[in-house]
Amino acid sequence: MKPSPNSLFKLTPARVLLLLLALLLVAVLASALSGAVSLPLAALPRLLRGDAGDDAALWLNVLLQVRLPRIVLAVTAGAGLAVSGAAIQALFRNPLAEPGLIGISLGGALGAVAAIVLGAPTLPVIIPAAFAGSLLATALAYQLGSRQIGVANLLLAGIAINALCGSVIGLFTYQADDGQLRSLTFWNLGSLSGASWPLLAWLVPWVALLCWRLCRDWRALNALLLGEREAQHLGFALAPLRRRIIVAVALLVGPLVAITGAIGFIGLIVPHLLRLPLGSDHRWLLPNSIVAGALCLTLADWLARVAMAPSEIPIGIVTSLVGGPFFIWLLVRQGRAC
Amino acid sequence: MLTARALACARGHRTVLSGIDLTLPAGSVWGVLGANGAGKSTLLATLAGELTPAGGAVTLHGKPLAQLRSSELARQRAVLPQAPSLAFDLDVGSVVAMGAYPYPELSPAALHDLQQRTLAYADIADLGQRRYLSLSGGEQQRVQLARVLLQLLACKGRSEYRLLLLDEPTANLDPRHQRQLLDAVAALARDEGIAALLVLHDVNLAARWCDRLLLLADGKAIAAGTPAEVLTPAHLEAAYGLPAHVLAHPDGADYPLVLFA
Repeated sequence: MKPSPNSLFKLTPARVLLLLLALLLVAVLASALSGAVSLPLAALPRLLRGDAGDDAALWLNVLLQVRLPRIVLAVTAGAGLAVSGAAIQALFRNPLAEPGLIGISLGGALGAVAAIVLGAPTLPVIIPAAFAGSLLATALAYQLGSRQIGVANLLLAGIAINALCGSVIGLFTYQADDGQLRSLTFWNLGSLSGASWPLLAWLVPWVALLCWRLCRDWRALNALLLGEREAQHLGFALAPLRRRIIVAVALLVGPLVAITGAIGFIGLIVPHLLRLPLGSDHRWLLPNSIVAGALCLTLADWLARVAMAPSEIPIGIVTSLVGGPFFIWLLVRQGRAC
Repeated sequence: MLTARALACARGHRTVLSGIDLTLPAGSVWGVLGANGAGKSTLLATLAGELTPAGGAVTLHGKPLAQLRSSELARQRAVLPQAPSLAFDLDVGSVVAMGAYPYPELSPAALHDLQQRTLAYADIADLGQRRYLSLSGGEQQRVQLARVLLQLLACKGRSEYRLLLLDEPTANLDPRHQRQLLDAVAALARDEGIAALLVLHDVNLAARWCDRLLLLADGKAIAAGTPAEVLTPAHLEAAYGLPAHVLAHPDGADYPLVLFA
């Protein structure tokens, strides 16, 4: 029996995953070749053979030392942010949840701002401080929130911790001098310019490991969609499960926030977009989120570099400019469904 | 076998029930009756291992529930919740397949067979491809029933003790599907040796389908036994605060018919 054209073009989760992988490949290639210095596609084979002539040194340098690290960081950060968003949305049973809800982002921002104002505005100081800040804020929110059963408390604790972090950030910002203010703004808008091979050498395996860790919990995350009691009845002990997810998300997003600053909306919107064609089966939603997140952030980075070339728009502005209206559309759509 | 001895149940710091003794042997169907707030759902949650007993103990094969891992417990008891909902949409097949989550070793073919069997049991074989949130409340309830049945039927050893707890399973169902659900539970008890405990509001459904009843009032069990022993005018008035007539069943069945005045 021949498959009907309908079933041939039906968006099965596996097909969506393949499609996204193909798109990611194209996006990576496009992003690698365009920017302030554009690389003609035709030159690529010659470059690989090593007879590109006088431009070779410049091209190789741009490609290997400037563009590829950025692209790899975009892929890594996008993947990590999106898969964390999907997991947190399942944990909170709420489509509008994202990792920032439990203090990861603002905690990281507080760490970074404190490092800039009190210490030195250099990456080796800012990154550990931001990572420590995000872990501390998340741990605090978790401690406060897990005193009672149910996820609502965790949400409230997260809101309180976020408010606290926000006010201390305001205080530091008020105290900052002009030079520090520039660094603060830069960090708050999000940027991939911190990418370097030594950093990526540990970041990529770290993120890959934690993505895999989250994907392994697809059954538990599906069961949580039924309800917390029902997940328990299906054999998933609630407190350890919640701790496991939050620890994985904090360890995953913490370093990303520390390195790239505040890049919003990827964790919120990518899982959403995927739920429309795929449904919410986390067995497929999580791997698809990984690839789609990588794709979105690669495209955003490409847009940030080429839209106003040779100058560059901070990537957080790009994701928010695209993500903000989308979020509003989501709210309107949800309101209509109710 | 699940056994409760001198069990006290609490919600927060408030003791809701005390002095409950209950044994659920394989193949038995127990009904729990009582007015709103009598502690039926609290009892069920405690027997499910979800709430820790405030006193006494619930044991499975002599072991307190608290000593069993959640994953171990899930292979022996399933719970049909009162108001099942779903945070995000899934297709019916995926929801039913969740019943197999305590059994990660199950092959896809075996899972498929079980899915078909339980969908047929719950009379929703034609709904397998639909999205859960597009179903009516009654259909959703039957999908959840299929899910918990799969959780119990996936257990390999037929001789193993399995327990099904149902919290007001007939609340969203029309009379035909109420009957069908209770039929399915009775058949599982008879053919598979599954022990079942149902929280019910309808006294006559309980009389018709349960071999044993437990009547709760004022934080205690005021009667336990066969339907004929438990459903007396005195007991019913004590439990519900309403005068009741208890009649011989017009069909000549061995369980009574209750009419509240």
